[in-house]
Amino acid sequence: MLNDILQSIPQVLIDGLTLGTVYAVIALGYTMVYGILELINFAHGEIFMTGAFIGTAMLIVLTGIGWVSALPAIVMLITVLLLTALLTGLLGMGIERVAYRPLRNAPKLIPLITAIGISFLLQDLVRFIAELKKGNYIVTGPSLFTSQIKINSSAISSVFNDASIKSSFIIVLVSAIIMMVVLDFFVNKTKWGMAMRAVAQDRETASLMSVNVNKVISLTFFIGSALGGATGVLFAVQYGTIDPYIGFILGLKAFTAAVLGGIGNIRGAMLGGLLLGVMEMFASANLTLMTGGVFGAEYKDVFAFAILIIVLIFKPEGLLGKPVAEKV
Amino acid sequence: MKKIWNAYSENKLFQGVFLLIFIAVTSLSLYLAQKSVTAFLLLLSSLLLLYFTKFSNLVKWLTAGVILVVLLPAAAGGGDAYESYMEVATLVGIYISMALGLNIVVGMAGLLDLGFVAFFAVGAYTYGIFATGQAANFMPFGTYPLSGESFWIFIVLGCFAAALFGILLGIPVLRVKGDYLAIVTLGFGEIIRIIFNNLDKPVNITNGAMGIASITPPKIFGIELIYSSQFYYVVLIILVFTIFTVRRFEHSKIGRSWKAVRENEIAAQAMGVPLVRTKLIAFAVGASFSGMMGVIFAGKQTFVDPTSFTLLESITILVMVILGGMGSVPGVILGAAVMTILNLQVLTELTNWLNGLSSSGAITIPDALSPSKMQRLIFGALLIVFALYRPKGLIPAKNPIYKEEELVSSKLMDMNQEQKAQA
Repeated sequence: MLNDILQSIPQVLIDGLTLGTVYAVIALGYTMVYGILELINFAHGEIFMTGAFIGTAMLIVLTGIGWVSALPAIVMLITVLLLTALLTGLLGMGIERVAYRPLRNAPKLIPLITAIGISFLLQDLVRFIAELKKGNYIVTGPSLFTSQIKINSSAISSVFNDASIKSSFIIVLVSAIIMMVVLDFFVNKTKWGMAMRAVAQDRETASLMSVNVNKVISLTFFIGSALGGATGVLFAVQYGTIDPYIGFILGLKAFTAAVLGGIGNIRGAMLGGLLLGVMEMFASANLTLMTGGVFGAEYKDVFAFAILIIVLIFKPEGLLGKPVAEKV
Repeated sequence: MKKIWNAYSENKLFQGVFLLIFIAVTSLSLYLAQKSVTAFLLLLSSLLLLYFTKFSNLVKWLTAGVILVVLLPAAAGGGDAYESYMEVATLVGIYISMALGLNIVVGMAGLLDLGFVAFFAVGAYTYGIFATGQAANFMPFGTYPLSGESFWIFIVLGCFAAALFGILLGIPVLRVKGDYLAIVTLGFGEIIRIIFNNLDKPVNITNGAMGIASITPPKIFGIELIYSSQFYYVVLIILVFTIFTVRRFEHSKIGRSWKAVRENEIAAQAMGVPLVRTKLIAFAVGASFSGMMGVIFAGKQTFVDPTSFTLLESITILVMVILGGMGSVPGVILGAAVMTILNLQVLTELTNWLNGLSSSGAITIPDALSPSKMQRLIFGALLIVFALYRPKGLIPAKNPIYKEEELVSSKLMDMNQEQKAQA
């Protein structure tokens, strides 16, 4: 049994990292908003989904007018990524303005409820735009970067099997890493980043120190949503088929990743995302084997939620977070 | 105009006469019309009118009882659409009961539960598994399916099973709070659904995604209950029981503890409210109503499968609570009735109407826009609008206000009487 598990490890690692980077970047959106407002932005998963749809629509249109063959695919992908990020960023800002800002002093339950409302609204809007245009809400984008690369991992040691990767994997990985590095630099080294950290620590004191709190919160939503939307495009490129309901489960898992890493902590979210992705892939590949066929790969979602619940019970501050004492 | 309104709202006789005329007209038109959704809805809305009259509670309850037990079935019985009316009325009852359960958790104890439908599923599967051959796959003794008479025991069993799951869910909840709780319950709801969806191997317990079909219909005094019009009365009895229990809970010690925990956990704890026990009881009680209705649902549909228990259902019940007013029993009843009818009747009627228009060529509505598909949009919009502009819902919860002087004076009177008795 151990042999079988070892054999599949290279492939599991590669698939897990792909999924993990997606989780990591989405988790960033959750963690930033939570750090600053102590609000779980339920609609974040739907922003990711909207990004995937906007990106796919752009790719389809661009393919239609024949730009794909004219331009190198990578240039086009970058353009689409940037445009989508801009649009979803604005969407995120708009959501904050309409649904969260009026409720900033309301009891905590209320903004959570609007967040659920927004997320349902977005799902349905995207559904019927897609259905109106394509006749079906499950959309398959043009396939880019499909060439397979074989990795000779069996050459390292004979216990491993060979693994294969799609070339889009490299693109997903590289773009996600670039996004995370840039964000980390932005938050830790720039003036606006400092303002964000200040607002997260204490909103009132920050406003006394001439930080424009509303602007900083808007900016946080913009960045988080832009990253989420861009990840949506990457997701669509990597996995091909999208539907309006992907955002929910994926958002939930990204949230799990954020909690796992320590919510409010940006590096924690990245670590949590990667860990969760690898663990989930490991579970889906080996659960059947390890439990002697009692639990199949269908239980991988249960596995992810179980991680969430266990973390919340035993280490609610997460791997990299610091425990916060409650003030009366 | 205002004068008339004032005179109306002051005078019981006016109100009584108006209500009687209203009920008479609507029930007559329901009786005479072959299939009129409007008349049916208007007759139901007479209950709302009744709620706002000035009569004493006893009179209100009796009138409501007469309308629901006698008038509604009799008036609806006129046309061919009898069963479909009763179907709607039964489902309204089921949803009201669930919404009242969720109201305890969300509205009174302030714990946002996004996986509430899981308890409904637990109830439904409890009956579904034992009232079909499924149970024979894993039970070492007994013959299955159980007979229809066992249904009545299963209502209680479903109640306990759901309460047990409520406590199981509650245990991790004790350590997380607020928004984390929402996510944990959401995850829990999904876990339950996935498990029911996959529990056909290694031992076939729930028959997986295929669902459990041909569940034995309940039996009483040798009569098999198969029609909605029969279930209507079962649901009605349980609903009355639910409303009564919820009201009693609300004004009891535990109800006041729930509200204290909702307002401020730390302050409540300082006042000696046991946090853990209070929250667990809220989860268990809320879940048990849902479990009970799950058993009835399984008996009525004679079929359960995991697709009836998705997140959309949980959110629908949440919308009912928010729409009606968190913590307000009459509000939640109204909210649940409005949402269920909107879902089952108004949206389907609108869709049919639009389809009729499209086929006659008047206008063309693309299939993607048909109202029955827009549930999510409508629910989402309702949640946002109500949270932003009317967070207390249609009928806000009323908290009893005690005036200090009255309390003091009544206490003084008590003391005086005691002294007199002693003298």
